[in-house]
Amino acid sequence: MRCRALKTMSLIAAAAVVLTACSPGDPGDAAKTLKVAYQKTDSFTAVDTMLQAAKQEFEAANQGVSVELQPIQANDDDYGTKLALALRSPSTAPDVFYEDTFKVRSDVDAGYLLKLDSHLEGWEDWDKFDDGAKAAGRADDGGTYAVPLGTDTRAIWYNKKVFTNAGISVPWEPRSWQDILDTARKIKANDPGVVPFNMYAGKGTGEGTVMQGFYELLYGTGSELYDEEAGKWVVGSAGFTDSLAFLKTLYDEQLAVSPAEALDANIWKKVFGEWFPNAKLGATVEGSYAPSFWQEGGSYEWPGYEQDMGVAPFPTRDGQDPGAVSMSGGWTLAVGAGTKDPDLAFNFLTTALNEKNSLAFTVESSQIAVRQDVAADPGYLDGNPFVKEVSELVSVTRYRPATSDYPRISAAVQEATEAVITGSRSPEEAAADYDVAVTEIVGSDKTVRK
Amino acid sequence: MPVPAAARQLIRYLPVLPAVLLLLVFLAGPVFWAFNASFTNAGLTGRSARDPSWVGLDNYQRLLADPVFPLSLLLTVVFVAGSAVVGQNLLGLVLALLMRRARPVVSSVVGTTVVAAWVLPEIVAAFAAYAYFSRDGTLNQLLGVLGLGGQDWLYAFPMVAIMLANVWRGTAFSMLVYRAALHDVPAEVTEAAQMDGAHGWQRLAFITLPMIRGSITTNLMLVTLQTLAVFTLVWVMTAGGPANASTTLPVLAYLEAFKFGDIGYGTAVASVLILIGAAFGLVYVRLLKDARP
Repeated sequence: MRCRALKTMSLIAAAAVVLTACSPGDPGDAAKTLKVAYQKTDSFTAVDTMLQAAKQEFEAANQGVSVELQPIQANDDDYGTKLALALRSPSTAPDVFYEDTFKVRSDVDAGYLLKLDSHLEGWEDWDKFDDGAKAAGRADDGGTYAVPLGTDTRAIWYNKKVFTNAGISVPWEPRSWQDILDTARKIKANDPGVVPFNMYAGKGTGEGTVMQGFYELLYGTGSELYDEEAGKWVVGSAGFTDSLAFLKTLYDEQLAVSPAEALDANIWKKVFGEWFPNAKLGATVEGSYAPSFWQEGGSYEWPGYEQDMGVAPFPTRDGQDPGAVSMSGGWTLAVGAGTKDPDLAFNFLTTALNEKNSLAFTVESSQIAVRQDVAADPGYLDGNPFVKEVSELVSVTRYRPATSDYPRISAAVQEATEAVITGSRSPEEAAADYDVAVTEIVGSDKTVRK
Repeated sequence: MPVPAAARQLIRYLPVLPAVLLLLVFLAGPVFWAFNASFTNAGLTGRSARDPSWVGLDNYQRLLADPVFPLSLLLTVVFVAGSAVVGQNLLGLVLALLMRRARPVVSSVVGTTVVAAWVLPEIVAAFAAYAYFSRDGTLNQLLGVLGLGGQDWLYAFPMVAIMLANVWRGTAFSMLVYRAALHDVPAEVTEAAQMDGAHGWQRLAFITLPMIRGSITTNLMLVTLQTLAVFTLVWVMTAGGPANASTTLPVLAYLEAFKFGDIGYGTAVASVLILIGAAFGLVYVRLLKDARP
């Protein structure tokens, strides 16, 4: 009995040894596999759809090459972290990946991205990309490291039902911050059960707080976050304090949600899924991609959204030029610096971003087109009724200062907004705390008082 | 042929070799790596990701100047003392004592209920606790039925919420340890004390507790170290918020290393955590030695 058990065990052990010896596979095979990493969530599948299509097309055109799609299930923040961790080691680094525009510069610094200039020269479609969008993939050395998928803008989305109920005529065109407050107070007076005008704040909503909220305020005061020319971060600006004061007014007068709700990371799901469709929210600042949630196949399908919703540019503080403010982000595809076969990887990238796939992606995720042929396509223009209005905001839009310090600075801004809406600090105190935090992060030689 | 004594000595250690190797690779390796990284400016991205440079004690100096660090340290102490040393440990002991006297049915029902929370994977337990304490959660619905106003527990009392959640999840372990320990207390000793006229609490304080001293120390050590390392529960329930009000050291280390991409600084926080854990471990091991006759 015992002897038999021993024999079995040694057989298993031997098998294990043989199997481990085999598993790395032969290198010839590995070179023909392209690993593609991207983000996929329950409510965001547009990239997945696009890459699935590209995989089929590419495998059919390149016999013997297999494309291994590696969707990462995570929110934007965690996706960035997981991707960076994968990129750190050659054995896990993907060949092609989905990359946030504001991470491009720091990831180039880290040596994760392959310079694409020589490849782009031979790609005729490259001329069809907007110059502004091309800049999103450019690093400090002037080289291009990523190809944009699409961009977005931010605007005020408002529920026309709520507005007309409160006796406000639509289309609504606020000219100043005061207009926003006046309208919000009117809605509140008419129906206290409705949240009149919400703006994200606090650390719970992360980048949403600054991209769809604080920066629209800050850049509308004439102040800046970062002085691009001097390469310095702005501290002590009156615009910063004013923007915090505006948030304070919104939250103190209960024109926005309660601070506790604002700090919940999932609040945006309620905005799109519950409050707007049920006419419980008057207006909020959100991205041009908002319709992607409501259109057919979106995560919160809402058949009547085209009639019920309206969009308006976010005004500057007193209506001063240029009259409106918007923020842009967007995502790109990039090739890993360590890829074994750069040509093959780049070819896959061009397949994924050809006119057909770009168009399908742009429409499904309600992005703003970056290819001129897509922008002119009737399928794009008819994608949703708001395409024209949100695309026009490209003329006033701003980008985040995407340096490697940016994530920390952004967190400091979020902290300032959180302190103000919860009432733990006054706008002046929170702004002073922010100045101290920024100076600690980048050093006083990299800050400028304005 | 007899094997020489020296060789026999070596052969004796052969069976533990795999375990030692595994510990070295998977435990000592990462600890060493973390210590090493905490003296560099290693980053997740940016220039310092490519070639991190040695910065000496910079990260630790920064840590001392960081206003969040003392807060985080305090929260960690409160969390460990409240939910592990007092909460889990004491509740586990009380449960074990009561279960000895309870009817078998009651005892097994209580036992199963308590252990149920413990067998849940941490992430599931964390979501359950979140669903219980969140704004539209079970607790507020129950309070609503009773006609009491709801509170936003995770926002207003984040530390209380995560401590209760940790007690709920971890008490089973202490209870099981104490049940086993109490089982080993000889009935004669207790009876003898009873004959001498010792009351219930006197028997507990002078007979039972001293006799299970070793188990108490072991249990304290294990729950302290387990609770020091709790991350998932806090992360899922509050993510350290609001405004750092529940940022314990593991959460702080994660935020710094992965959210802000500052691996050097994050590992410095983690190293401090390791040192605190090691200090506790040493104290308990010391106590454990004394506890043995």
